[in-house]
Amino acid sequence: MSSSTSVRTDDPPAVVLTGITKRFPGVVANSDVHLTVRRGEVHALCGENGAGKSTLMKILYGMQAPDEGTIEVNGEQVRFRTPSDAIKAGIGMVHQHFMLADNLTVQENVVLGAEALHGIGQKARKRIIELSGRTGLNVDPGVLVEQLGVADRQRVEILKVLYRGAKVIILDEPTAVLVPQEVNELFDTVRGMQEQGYTFLFISHKLDEVRAIADSVTVIRRGTTVGSADPKTVSSRQLAEMMVGSELPSPETRESTVTDKVVLDVKGLKLMTPDGSRPILDDVDLVVRSGEVVGIAGVEGNGQTELVETIMGMRKAGSGTITLLDKDLTKLGTLARREAGIGYVPEDRHRHGLLLTQPLWYNRILGYQTRKPAAKGIWLDTDGAKKDTERIVSEFDVRTPGIDVPAAALSGGNQQKLVVGRELSGNPVLLIASHPTRGVDVGAQALIWDEIKRARAAGLAVLLISADLDELIGLSDTIKVMLRGRLVADADPNTVTPEDLGSAMTGAGSTSAAVHETAVVEEGEN
Amino acid sequence: MGNLRGKLLPPALAIVFSMLLCGLALVISGANPLSAFGAMVTQVGKGTTLVDIINSTGIYYIAALAVAIGFQMNLFNIGVEGQYRVAAVVAAVVGGSIALPPGIHTLVIIIVGALAGAAWAAIPAILKVTRGVNEVISTIMMNGLAIGFSAYLIRRDVFGELRGNNIRTPEIPSSGWMPGISFGGSGTMFGFLFVAVALGIGYWIMMNRTRFGFELRASGESSTAASAGGVNAKKMVLVSMLLSGAIAGLIGLPEMLGRDHTFSLNFTAGIGFSGIAIALLGRNHPGGIAFGALLWAFLDKSGLALDNVGVPREIVTIMQGSIVLSVVVAYEVVRRVELAAEQRRVGRELGTVGGAA
Repeated sequence: MSSSTSVRTDDPPAVVLTGITKRFPGVVANSDVHLTVRRGEVHALCGENGAGKSTLMKILYGMQAPDEGTIEVNGEQVRFRTPSDAIKAGIGMVHQHFMLADNLTVQENVVLGAEALHGIGQKARKRIIELSGRTGLNVDPGVLVEQLGVADRQRVEILKVLYRGAKVIILDEPTAVLVPQEVNELFDTVRGMQEQGYTFLFISHKLDEVRAIADSVTVIRRGTTVGSADPKTVSSRQLAEMMVGSELPSPETRESTVTDKVVLDVKGLKLMTPDGSRPILDDVDLVVRSGEVVGIAGVEGNGQTELVETIMGMRKAGSGTITLLDKDLTKLGTLARREAGIGYVPEDRHRHGLLLTQPLWYNRILGYQTRKPAAKGIWLDTDGAKKDTERIVSEFDVRTPGIDVPAAALSGGNQQKLVVGRELSGNPVLLIASHPTRGVDVGAQALIWDEIKRARAAGLAVLLISADLDELIGLSDTIKVMLRGRLVADADPNTVTPEDLGSAMTGAGSTSAAVHETAVVEEGEN
Repeated sequence: MGNLRGKLLPPALAIVFSMLLCGLALVISGANPLSAFGAMVTQVGKGTTLVDIINSTGIYYIAALAVAIGFQMNLFNIGVEGQYRVAAVVAAVVGGSIALPPGIHTLVIIIVGALAGAAWAAIPAILKVTRGVNEVISTIMMNGLAIGFSAYLIRRDVFGELRGNNIRTPEIPSSGWMPGISFGGSGTMFGFLFVAVALGIGYWIMMNRTRFGFELRASGESSTAASAGGVNAKKMVLVSMLLSGAIAGLIGLPEMLGRDHTFSLNFTAGIGFSGIAIALLGRNHPGGIAFGALLWAFLDKSGLALDNVGVPREIVTIMQGSIVLSVVVAYEVVRRVELAAEQRRVGRELGTVGGAA
């Protein structure tokens, strides 16, 4: 458990935010936020996506100015105009998405932009080596960042803020990119640094992690702080209910509805990199049956995106066959595959799911431009499309003032509900859902889960790709693990734990009876 | 209401801004801007200027429609210039060498023009689809080729003939002409203008009511979302380029069928490039393009009056250029402001609806 010995209560708190208010077009703003972070503690800030955590941290880090309220650091009131003001006050931020130049060395990345501190030569190197010990980074500063794994890259990010003299470190969703084992290593690093007197602000919506690492927790909901909790006594469920303000959804599906009717049958699917040097998909066999949810687990970049896009016909497979209900799709284009009964919730709704500046009803037509109710022959049926958009808006609880607003004006969760609603219309036989609840709020998440479960019960076959292992385990009837373009293991969602899946995903091998390896992966250079 | 304002405000601002800019240029060059603008306006009522403006509007309108079809999917058909030149020569040669009953003869010439324009546009389209050649570069090159190719076709040893000191294709017999509406001393309006209007209506229907128009707009808005939605990008490039070329092939016909009845060295060049500017000005909207074409034609024709008040006529070119530039900037500014306003509005309306989400 976390060491509370290093938390000193008599000193002025490291950071105090009082009455922070930020008005912002369209999204949940911060209103009257209060936050006190004591020196030397790990303070977690919890809230669902869109609750205003990021805005608050941007204010604390000087990226945005609050409309009202004050910021105190070490008892002194400060006013940050830019991030460099915040850095001067000893506040550093590690962003969720790494901001590292792959083709530079660790030292170059760390020194970049802070050349004035210790130069760029031996002095800087000495300082980096001294600091890397504190972050648990055991690599030479001369190593290229592209050779580092995800966990070490994160340490380099931490190193960057330490090098700039940060005493208070904001970690923005630091575990989102890590597998469970790496999360534990990160937590060891955080605890070690905490003992050396560093203060952490840990932003997360993963409650088990918050309880494992934090000394105190502040919950933020709909832009305002709704309370604090002691992570040692509060349960994840209680915390979550504070976050949501109501009962919690769960991805758990009740009884199996799997039938023996094969809907999607993928055989020997191969896809090469554009230069033909190595396979992205290597001999993938996959069967999804009616009423079954097949989940694909894997660290991002192991071929899941490409698998989906190949099944959708957006990429051309090198070899292999794709069959949907005895219909050979292998040579057909994306539109014909959609017409054959595939619904597709893409992983990036902005890039692949929506026409952002077009009204909602216009977006309803996308992918259905040849079918009822959006089209009649070569003509668009705008009335039909509008009427059906109204249906989706009400059935899927899309919060919008009307169907004529552009899609970009909606929040992420409402955009996603629109996409899911669209892709479930027209009675598809197969739904391909890539990260269907990524970046959406808990309310939308619950609704999307319910809709997927309902469609599954009605006989829909679902191929689910998700980085959220709880979601994957909760929704799936079968889980397959993808590693370097191959399906390497099957897991039983009834017994497997996220940790077991995590080891299978990294190729560490099976650690539990719930994971059966189905293929041996040669140790490649990739 | 706010929507209409968002559409009309930018061009209005842009025109005012470019008039100010030109006024400034006039003052610097020592002329009186008020008398210059005054001369342009009064010129409209003189001689055939008004009819000339209307005729010119129709021609620019067709050119801008041709460009706009490509623009809708971010395809930059810079080759309208070459496409209409080649199409005009081919249509003139075919029209002058066949004998058909009136009406049918005209129709055949129109069809030949459209096909020739499409064929010229097919080359860059195929290059783009099969080899990924950037259409901007290939169409610009095709423009250069078109000049040489059309000059070759009207050589006396090919299809041309010498008339006076002008080389031209054989004259199209009167059965192939398209009658206009005569206003006596004020000039004759081309009958082809009705075709231009029909093209505008057809364009609007295609863009807003057909599957093809949807796929075109979707491709332009987000090529990734379009491909996920089942739009075949290559097919769209090919079809829209051919369509654009076919319409471009009609640009030379109003003058040819209504006045010249031949393709000669006096052929009006540069309309394809004006079409690019007008399509930008009109935001690819059939109504906006009509307005842009009218403005362009007005500046062109009444600019002739500037010589009478001792102002260089080239000031019109400056004005046209600055209008396009300011319109592009103004639309972008208004677009961003409107999107932010829309998000605020949605946020506000949902804020009052409430409920935990």
